[in-house]
Formats: sequence, C-alpha cells, structure tokens
Amino acid sequence: MSTKIEDIELRLLLEAIFHKYGYDFRNYSMASLKRRLLQACEEFKCRSFSQLQDYILHDMESAHAILAFMTVQVSEMFRDPSYFKAFREQVVPVLRTYPSIKLWIAGCSAGEEFYSFAIILKEENLLDKTVFYCTDINHQALNKAKTGIYSLDRMKKFSMNYRAAGGTSSLSDYYTTSYDAAIFDKSLRKNVVFSDHSLVSDASFGEMHFISCRNVLIYFDKTLQDRVLGLFKDSLIRSGYLGLGAKENMLFSIHRNAFEEVIKNERIFHKISV
Amino acid sequence: MSESQYKAVVVGASAGGVVAISSLLECLPSNFLTPICIVLHLPPDKNSMLDQIFNDKCSLQVKEADDKESIQPGFVYLAPPNYHLMVEQDFSLSLSSEDPVLYSRPSIDVLFETAADAYHEKLLGILLTGANSDGAKGLQTIIKKGGDGLVQSPDEAEAKTMPMAAIKKSPSARVESLENICVFLKSLNS
Ligand SMILES: C[S@@+](CC[C@H](N)C(=O)[O-])C[C@H]1O[C@@H](n2cnc3c(N)ncnc32)[C@H](O)[C@@H]1O
Repeated sequence: MSTKIEDIELRLLLEAIFHKYGYDFRNYSMASLKRRLLQACEEFKCRSFSQLQDYILHDMESAHAILAFMTVQVSEMFRDPSYFKAFREQVVPVLRTYPSIKLWIAGCSAGEEFYSFAIILKEENLLDKTVFYCTDINHQALNKAKTGIYSLDRMKKFSMNYRAAGGTSSLSDYYTTSYDAAIFDKSLRKNVVFSDHSLVSDASFGEMHFISCRNVLIYFDKTLQDRVLGLFKDSLIRSGYLGLGAKENMLFSIHRNAFEEVIKNERIFHKISV
Repeated sequence: MSESQYKAVVVGASAGGVVAISSLLECLPSNFLTPICIVLHLPPDKNSMLDQIFNDKCSLQVKEADDKESIQPGFVYLAPPNYHLMVEQDFSLSLSSEDPVLYSRPSIDVLFETAADAYHEKLLGILLTGANSDGAKGLQTIIKKGGDGLVQSPDEAEAKTMPMAAIKKSPSARVESLENICVFLKSLNS
C-alpha cells in the first residue's frame, strides 16, 4: 500500500465520518490518529482505509466500534499528583474568595479527573459551592463517569496518587466496594453536569473560574489547539485559571499572550487582561 | 558542505542506552545539522534531567521534545519519559500518552514508524543496546520505505536483545560498532 494513496484514503475516511456522524477529526494530530485507525483496520480485517470507510458508512454497529478507536481514553485519578497538589495549595485559596465556583473539565474521559477534583474540594469544604461541567465527545466514557464505578484493581495506583497529591484522609473513604468494583460516593457528584460537547465545534461555556483540560490538546494539531485555547480564553472569568497536561504547552499558539503561567512546572496558567 | 542524504536521524535504545547515546552525541561536531530524535526507555518519572546531562556533554543542542514543535537542524530531541514521540507530516513533533507498545512508553517503534511515514527514504534509523525487542518493527518499516538502518553490533552492546531482534527482522540493516556509527554520521555532513 503506497503511503500517498493511504493518506488520500485517510482524508476521505475522516470526511466520511464528519459528514455522516458530525465528528470532526480532520484537525487531530495525524500521526497518532493514523496509527489508531491502522489498528482498527487490523481489528476489522480491512485491507485499506477505504474498506474501513465502507463499514463506517454502511454498518452502524461496526461504525460505533470503529469510532471508539478515534479517541484516546487513557486516564487516572490524580494523574500527575503534583498538579493536584499545586491546585490544592495554590489555587484553592484563591477560589475560596469567590461566593461560588464554576469548574470545567474538558475531555473528562470516564470521570477520573472529575472525582479527583471533587475529592479535593470536599476536603477543602468547597464542594457545596462548586458547580462542575464535565464534557467529552465519547458517550461511553461520559456514561461511565456518571456512574463513578471503576475496577478495583486500579485503586492501588489511584490511592498512591491521592496521597502524593496531598490527600488528607484515605481514598477508600470515598468509595464502597462490590466484587471487583469500586463505587464512588454519589455525594461527590451532587453539583455536576456531564455533557456531550466537542471542543472542535461547540461554543464556549461562560464564566469559568478554573478550566482543566489535560491530555487532550496533544491529540490536536496546531490549528485546532488555537481554536480550543481561544474557546478557553472566552470561557474564563477575568484572571480565571487554565490547567493543561504535564507535557502540553501554548508556546506555539496565537493565544500565548492571553495567558500567563502562574504555576510553572504544573502548566497552570491564568488569563491576563490585554 | 554538501547536503546530507538524510533529512533526519532517529535513534532508539533501552538498557545501557544512556552511556551509548551519550558517546554517540559526544562524537558529533557542532556543525552536524541533521536533526536527531531519540527514544530512550526510562523509568516513568517525570523530571528526567537527561536533556541537561547530554547537553553538557555534546556540542549539539539537546532538548526534551515539546508537543507540536517543528524539527530544526542542529537539534537533538528526546522523548519525555512516559510519552510517545511522533513525527507529523509537516515535520513537527507530537506527544501522546496512549497505551504502551510492547510494554514501552515511549516506544521506539512508534517514533520510527511515524518518522518513516514523514521522511520516507530520507531517514536513517539507528538501534542501539537494549534488553527487549522494541524498535525491530520500526527499523523494518524505515527500510521498507527506502530509508537506511544501522544496528549496534550485538557483540559490543551492553544488552544484546534489541540489536539482535532488529538484525533478525531486517537482515539488510548495517551492523556496526558504536565507533563506526560515529564515523558514518560524521561523514554525512562533510
Ligand atoms: C487521554 S483522555 C484525557 C482524560 C483526562 N483529562 C486525563 O488527563 O486523564 C482524552 C479525552 O479527550 C476526549 N476528546 C477527544 N476529542 C475531543 C473533543 N473534540 N472534544 C471533547 N473531548 C474530546 C476523548 O474522548 C478522551 O476522553
């Protein structure tokens, strides 16, 4: 299979997905997306992206399975614990000064990141005055997030992270177990809206105090990163915060001057008025 | 000075790799312009200081790769611990925290395959010491797309598994000592 033809087919496939399902992957980082679609080809025994496109357009059931290959769902609670520690120690004192707090977790996957923030804010006695907006394009992940059920064998890693992030009790205080599942306390999600929202095409949310968008931008190309950072800029209150993933940056973005990195090693920025 | 036949060099190593890569970088002159991307398996601790350590030892600019930065002549890019490093079609770099490949993140195969897809025959892949078989498939892809493969001789490699797996998969790859790999690289720029 010549690379040139393969790349033509890849572009056509992404167009087909866009026109049929409205999901726009055309400005994702292609190197990684192409690898994942090649895996889908293997899984569905397709010789080419064109064959995969045939499934996508004509076979609904396979289409949904193929779409699952398009996004990366790797996540953890308190992922990069130092980020959450910095949030607790340096951002929470500022959030405390507001009468109410709006926090947007963009690309929340199955909710690991949401429960991390909810636990911290509960321990800081701020949970009752916080409203969370958790958004993603992956329905399966959103549904999982709503249940707050994770496999028990992930708790060892999550507990370690929780402690490293400065947790004040024990993670197991927040979940009950049933067979091999850990079920997180539903009081943690009293004030949360989970919604299907695409950073590619949907509008901004208003007046956020903190936006956490981690390990999402690395899967976007520069053009799309610019769009999303613009969206965040418009969704934050004056001097609102934006937290990115440990290896995400805005060095090459047209919006880099709209933000200032306030917690250097943790990629926590705040909006500056220009 | 004539243009090198390669637009980029990709390097992979695992066990024993810190020493091997630092001697490779040390031997390169400051006018070695072909950019180099490196995957070195490391424990997934996020504050690796390897870029500084290598930087102190060699005359090229060594840095940890930033997501979406464009690949520049005279630079050496290291994959950050716990992230895959990929080359895009416009010769910029992307990071990814997708699942490990062959238990490795960063994965040498992932770097080699995406780089081969961007540079085709203008790519040189170098595989050094290591105790697993990451990189063998990637080197095969580089050669299949018309690029060249160099493998450190298993006789001198601190861990032989990685070079041996690559030689098995790609019999046409050149097998050389680290010293000869240096000589070859230096000859590219002159
Ligand atoms: C690697 S996960 C990150 C999860 C979590 N934020 C973390 O850091 O652990 C990336 C998430 O981004 C979501 N995503 C991908 N494209 C998106 C888009 N256009 N809009 C919103 N979310 C998106 C994926 O579905 C996935 O759940």
